[in-house]
Amino acid sequence: MLAVGVVGGGLAVVTLRNIIHSAIAMMVCFGSLAGMYLLLGAGIVAAAQVLIYLGAISVLILFAIMLTQAGDANIPAPFHRQAWFAALLAIVTAGLVIWTVVSTDWGTELQAVAVVLDQLATVLFTDYALPFEIISFLLLAAIIGAIFLARRPEEDERAN
Amino acid sequence: MGLTGYLIVSTLLFAIGAFGFLARRNAILMLICIELMLNAVNLSLVAFNAFRPAGETAGAIFALMIMAVAAAEATVGLALVIAIIRTRQTPEVDEYADLKE
Repeated sequence: MLAVGVVGGGLAVVTLRNIIHSAIAMMVCFGSLAGMYLLLGAGIVAAAQVLIYLGAISVLILFAIMLTQAGDANIPAPFHRQAWFAALLAIVTAGLVIWTVVSTDWGTELQAVAVVLDQLATVLFTDYALPFEIISFLLLAAIIGAIFLARRPEEDERAN
Repeated sequence: MGLTGYLIVSTLLFAIGAFGFLARRNAILMLICIELMLNAVNLSLVAFNAFRPAGETAGAIFALMIMAVAAAEATVGLALVIAIIRTRQTPEVDEYADLKE
């Protein structure tokens, strides 16, 4: 059920003609993924998925679409000429990886184990403290970069 | 659904994202497809983590870090796309071909 949501949502994203519909399908896909994380016992990842992807990135993408749509929402030809080659490449890649996954013996232990939350928090601020700090620095740099890039040129002149 | 099922779903999602990135002509949709691929990797990480024998948390932490990087990437990517759409007046990547000159 959730797998159908994920794969169907992904297919709808790449095939739908109207880009707003694609963004809605993306939200369906991400919501189903959050459900999958819950099934896998990773509640914190599911919560982060809902907050970051469903909350922040989807709204950001919808804003970007609405800022850039100039009336003609329906683009006549959504695909490149290279679409057939891309489809072939994607199918070959998926086939190879699925064949590898199915033919590999993953061991006898096939029971999902839940992530212990306080253990995760302890590890995050001890063993993974340096990546945590680097991520925070990266986010700061991304904020500054996005403000700089999205600023209109005339505001630049007014500031000088 | 065991580990194999989750990995197959993750692979399919990654392939769909790769196909969309190569085949679609809209720059914003290409960014959405990058997000799809990142989510596919996240799903495989969390699935591998859940089926570990002991109570390991590395996979969940990597997934959280990938989410933070994806948020930064989406921010900068959309800012770039909006800037280029503002100068070119079109979101179609075919129209940007003269950038290579």
